[in-house]
Formats: sequence, C-alpha cells, structure tokens
Amino acid sequence: MQKQYIRTYLNNKFLAYITAAAFLLCAALLGISIGTVSVSPITIIKVIAAELLPFISLENTDTMHSNIIMNIRLPRVLLAGLVGASLAIAGAAFQGLLRNPLADPYTIGVSSGASLGAVLTLFLGLSIPFAGMFTLPLFSILFSFLTIFAVLLFARNIERSMKVETIILTGIIFSSFLGALISLMIALTGEELRQIIGWLLGSVSMRGWAYIKIIIPFFGIGAILLLVNSKELNAMSFGEEKAQHIGVDVQKRKMMILIAGSILTGAAVAVSGTIGFVGLVIPHLTRLLWGPDHRHLLPLSILMGAGFLIIADLVSRTIIAPTELPIGVITAIIGAPAFAFILMKRRTERSG
Amino acid sequence: MLSVQQVTGGYAGAPVVKNISFEVKKGELFGILGPNGSGKTTILKMLSGILPHKSGDIVIKGKTLSKYTPKELAKIIAVLPQHSSQAFSYTVKETVSLGRYAHQKGWFQSWSNKDEEAVNRVMEQTGISQFQDDDIQQLSGGERQRVFLAQALAQEPEILLLDEPTNHLDLSYQKELLDLLSVWSKDCGLTVISIFHDLNLAGLYCDRLLLLENGEVNIDHVPNEVLKEGRIREVYRTKIEKLPHPRVPAPQMVLVPERAQAKSRQLKRIDQDSFEIREGLIILRSPFPLKTMSSGVTGSGTGWNRIFLNRHVSKNYDCSDHRAEMAEFVQEIGFEPGETVGMMTAVYVEDHSSKFFEEETFSVYVVVTAGVGNAVDASKSEEHSYHLTPGTINTWIFVNGNLTEEAFIQCIMTATEAKTRALYDQKVKDTVTGTIATGTSTDSILIAATQKGENLEYAGTITPLGKVIGKGVYECTVEAIKNSQRRIKK
Repeated sequence: MQKQYIRTYLNNKFLAYITAAAFLLCAALLGISIGTVSVSPITIIKVIAAELLPFISLENTDTMHSNIIMNIRLPRVLLAGLVGASLAIAGAAFQGLLRNPLADPYTIGVSSGASLGAVLTLFLGLSIPFAGMFTLPLFSILFSFLTIFAVLLFARNIERSMKVETIILTGIIFSSFLGALISLMIALTGEELRQIIGWLLGSVSMRGWAYIKIIIPFFGIGAILLLVNSKELNAMSFGEEKAQHIGVDVQKRKMMILIAGSILTGAAVAVSGTIGFVGLVIPHLTRLLWGPDHRHLLPLSILMGAGFLIIADLVSRTIIAPTELPIGVITAIIGAPAFAFILMKRRTERSG
Repeated sequence: MLSVQQVTGGYAGAPVVKNISFEVKKGELFGILGPNGSGKTTILKMLSGILPHKSGDIVIKGKTLSKYTPKELAKIIAVLPQHSSQAFSYTVKETVSLGRYAHQKGWFQSWSNKDEEAVNRVMEQTGISQFQDDDIQQLSGGERQRVFLAQALAQEPEILLLDEPTNHLDLSYQKELLDLLSVWSKDCGLTVISIFHDLNLAGLYCDRLLLLENGEVNIDHVPNEVLKEGRIREVYRTKIEKLPHPRVPAPQMVLVPERAQAKSRQLKRIDQDSFEIREGLIILRSPFPLKTMSSGVTGSGTGWNRIFLNRHVSKNYDCSDHRAEMAEFVQEIGFEPGETVGMMTAVYVEDHSSKFFEEETFSVYVVVTAGVGNAVDASKSEEHSYHLTPGTINTWIFVNGNLTEEAFIQCIMTATEAKTRALYDQKVKDTVTGTIATGTSTDSILIAATQKGENLEYAGTITPLGKVIGKGVYECTVEAIKNSQRRIKK
C-alpha cells in the first residue's frame, strides 16, 4: 500500500518533468522553425547535431538554413529560454520566501532596480576594468540586490508582518520612483538615447551568442543556489519563525535566496531589458499543476519558464510580421490578467 | 533540562519581561499563565531562540541557548505556535515531513527510512493519517493545529513549547490534546512548556505553573498554590471563585458575571406564595434558581434548583430504582428533573406544617412533613436491619439571604438538632430498642438559599439565622408529627 503510493507519487513527478521538458523542446523547435524562412524540424535537428558532433556531415542541407539556425534563430531561442528560466525560478523563489503568490521580480520592483543599474552603466559609459562585457550585468545585479533590500526594509517598517499587499505596494512605489530616475536619465542623455530605449523595451532579438555567454554563468550560479535551498524555501513558506523552529538558519538562507534571486533577475534584465510577469505566471501555473514543493517547483519552473518565453518571443515576432513587437508586451498581455485573476482568487478564498 | 536565569528583554524599547528566572525539569508539564501583555509569548519566543534576550541566561541541557546552531536546537526544542500561516497548498504529509529537516544530513539531505517511520508514527499519534494526502488549506482549524503538532513531534524533540495549544480546538480535542501531552510527558519523558489562557485546563494538567504579571514572575509553584482566589483576582483584575474539581484533586476557577449582583434586591423572596398543594404532592416553585444542598431523591448534593417536590408514595413503594422512577415522575408532571429537588414520603402531605419567619435583614420559610412510623434512635441504630423505605421526616428550609458554604452545613446541623429535640419532646420511641428516637430511618433535608441580599456567614445554633432555623424546625416538626398522629388515631 505504502510502496504503491510512493510509486504513483514518483510517477506523477516523473510525468511532470517529461511534460515540462517536452513543452520546452516543442517550444524551442517551433521557435527555430517558424519565421520568414521556414525550417523543417528535421533540418534543425540535423544542423544542431552536426554542430555538436563534427563527424556527422551536412551533405543534403542548405547552407542558408544552417546559417539561419546557427547565427540567428538558435541564439535567439536560447537567450529567450535562459531569460525565461531565470525570471521564472527567481519568481518562484521570491514567492516562496515572501509567502506571497503575487511576488515576482517585476511586481516587487527588482526588475526596475536592475534596469536602473543597466541604464546608469549605459548613460555614464561605465566599464569596470577586467569585467569587460560583464560590467552591465554586474551593475544590474548590484542594483537589483539593493532594490530588494530597500523594498523589504521599507515594507517591514510600514508593517511588521509584511502582508502580501504591503510588499506589492512598496514594489510599485519603488518601481515608479526608479522608473522616474530612468526617465530622467533618458531626458538628459544625448547619443546613447537609442541604445537605452532599444534596450529598455525588452527584447531578445539580434543579441547573438555574446549575450548568451553573459547570462549563462549568472544563470548557473543563481539556479544552483536556489536549487540547493529548495527545502529551506519549503520551510520558509510556512513563515520565517516556523522555519527557524524546524531548524533552518533563516538569516543565512534568506540572504542566499535573495542574492540568488537578484543575480538571476539582474542578469536577465541585463541581457533582455525588463520583461514582466514571467516570474509571476510560470511559478503559479507550475504550482497549480504539480504542487508547491520547491524541490520540484524550482526545476519545473525553469523548464516551463524557458518554454513560455520562447513561445512569447515567437508570437511577438510573427503575429504582425514583419513588424516585431517588444516581447514584454506579449508577456504583460498574458501576465497582467493572470495577476488580476490570482488576486481575485486569493480575496474570495480569504473571505469565503 | 531548561533553566532561565534572570532574563530580561523583549522588543525594541522597554523590556517586556524583566528579570525572570525559572527551571523546568525533564518530563514536566509546565504551564505559563498571565493576563494579556504579561510577557508569556515573549518568553516562549526567547526560549525557542526567535527573540534574543538583553541580559540573563537561558541554559538548555547544560548549554547556553545562543551556542546552539538552529539545527541542533531544532532536535531538542519543537514549537507549536498559536497561529501557523500557510500560503501554499501543501499536503498534510509534506507539511509534517518538513519537521524532519533538522535530522537530515549531507548535501542531498536524502529521505531515509527512519524519517518515513517517524512521520508515519506522529501522523498516527495525532490522528491525521487518514487525510495525509489532503491539502492543508482545506482542513478545519482543529485539524490544521494537529497537523502542525505532528510537524513539531516529527522533530523528535525533548522539549515541546506550545502557545495556547487549545485555542482553535473544540472541547473534545482540547481534552484529547492535553491527555496526549500528559501521557507523553509522563511516559516518554517529553518536557512540555505551554502557555495557557484557560486557568482550569492549566490547573488540571500541569505539574507546575508560572504566573506572570507585567513581565515579572508572580509565583512559580504547584497549581494549588498558584490558583488561589485572591492571587488570581489581583493579577487578572476580575471576579472569580475557586472550586474543587468533582473528580480529580485540581483547583478550578469560575468567573462570576457582574449582572448576577446587579438586580439582587428587586427579586421576589421565597415564602408561602410560592407554595402549592396538589393531590399527594407539595410543590414549591421559585421564580429563580436557588442554591441548594439536599439529600433528595433527585437534585441531591449541592446545586442550583427551581422546583421542590415532596411526593406521597404508598408504604409498599418499590424502591429498587427510585431515582429513575422519581425523575420520570418529575418529567410527567411537567418539570425538568435537572432543576428539581424531589423527595418522597409515606406520610400524607396534607399533614405538612409550614411557617414563615421574618427577621430584620433576612427571612426563612420552613416546611416539614413528618411521620414517625419507623423512628430510630441513632445511638442504637445498629440493632436495626438495613432497608430503604421512603423518608418520613422531610425538612425544607428556604433562606432569603446569601449563605456561605459553612452556613449551609451549619443549617443542616441546627435543623437536625432541632428535629431531634422535637421527637424527644413528643416522646417518639424507637420500636425496636424502646428508647426515645432521634429521627426516622430515611429522613431527608433541603437547605435552599436565594443567595441575594444579606450575607449570612454562619448558621450555628446561636447565630441570628441559626436561632430562626432551630425555632422554625422545632415548631414545624412538632406540629407535623401531631398532624400525622391525629390522622392515625382517626
């Protein structure tokens, strides 16, 4: 009886990973395949396989196809996937830590902080010696970290228990304030204007492999830090005091999670601008489908978030082709109603 | 096991607890009491390491609290807080499993068989196994509290801290939880430290109590010492009275509502207007409950009653289950057995004698039915064989005044002495021994007081109340004996 139960439980989780991975794979194939020039999935697989394993020859494939795949579509899809994954896992972690299903990097103002950091770097033309192309993401991460601290400190000062609504409101206040600073810099700026605006709109297009190299190390570090803390996140979603009673070193773990979340958000914003609501919708959906256990929620959010942003990017560039919409528009169109829905559901749950 | 030494501290600003010291031994069930804001929860938070203390020391198993890592501490102390928040819909089993966090080792913190066993065992103990796959957000408050108790127990702690554990539980679960805690502390050596709001529960279950007042220790002692009327009144600033528990040697405190005193003097007194004779039955109906002490067939002992019956039954009345039969009879004539003192007599109730005595500050109404068919000399009663027959001298005394417990008992003594004297003067003889009888074999008595108006502390024979009762009972008993003897002669 007990064994039976464990087996079906494992099967369920196994099925969850299979489903999420399949979703990501389909999204990636679609993302590479669809565009002004269609590429068949078989060609895609062949080209990528040939690239990875040199002994496979590319006799029958068009070089134009392999160029499109390797230089345009694949980096774009990979970048979208990495950004989506970063935002989703960061959102899942923030939600768990703050016991707040409405938290995500965007709603609590971290994305705005990261943007400010990035814009500041562009505006002042900053470059840290030795950091080179990592200057921008490092500043983004630093600013997202400072922002989340400021938000939490402010929220705690308003109300000790840090209610869901208080944190969201504080996030909005900070977002507006930081947004104003960004606008100020845009108004004052001269030649960097186009660069800043283009970056702010949020996009994963025409970034090439360089941006993937930027985000990969941060994604790796942030995701591992969070995955290591998934049990602690489970405990902390019952409240910080409860977590401490159970034996979690709350201060240390909380700091790790906040840093990891900031790294992920900062890096994602650095490479793609502000893309909202991914971190809100994906963890919520994943939790709805497969339960709130962070040991599974975090990895599943990575897979689902990556797939979701690849699809969103695909939609943004094909829906009124040849014009390309900013990807943030698509995620907001899906995300904002989802936010409203979650908020209403919470209200009725509480009053009912 | 746990020792708190001169601890001061609290939140920012003024300290909530000041210079508190106490010790808790292994296996003890230790209760913390005190009014709201007296620092109970603050102390508990300090013990669990959530709140740092400014000065003093907390020593657990010979080691200062601050020297423990959170994981080490979690293996010794588990906490069941008053409220547990749950933002996400974990299943019951996932929630309980979290309690094993501190016991899991290594980088991967894998789930061992021991963990699985512990979780299953505590779910069994707290009776939540049957809904282990349910969502905790859909459980009732009581069920959820048990889930979090199971979570705390899954830590396999040596000390369990509870903050008003019975708060969300209905009566049966309150008792169940405390019974469990009591068993675990006695049999398994679990040390339990719990905050209580309910003084009575604390008095029933705790080995020792700590009473806090404004962040300081008022007393740290056994329940009987801590739960003293005067002390509790002073600390809680409210009117309460202390009673013994009817079954176990534990003190119980009861609240006294203010309105009971307010309308006191406007209410009616008890006199012949409330009295009524029916066929084979005399009834006194009080408009409000009277405090009674009686040896009636129903409503005996002490209690509050409104209806008083004395019922004629034939000499051949079957006494096998007279209580049930009497209760049935009371119900048949339209009264509630729960608020009725019922007596039986073989005497014709029409022969009763009643008198009303008006004093300056109080009044007494006495009703007696007397037959002396089976009169007994108490000093020689061993010569009698034992058999139950309906009582033959039934004495009712209604006092319009406020009696103490000792006054009730003295009323009975005074009334009995007066009755004996009446029998002596009437030369009623014990037919078996031939000596003067002191009463009959199954006499019954009722003292009922309105508990309003004048405070009557004593009712010994020479007190104002005792004098009236002695006189009243004597006169009524004499008259009632004469009445019934007259009937026999006819």
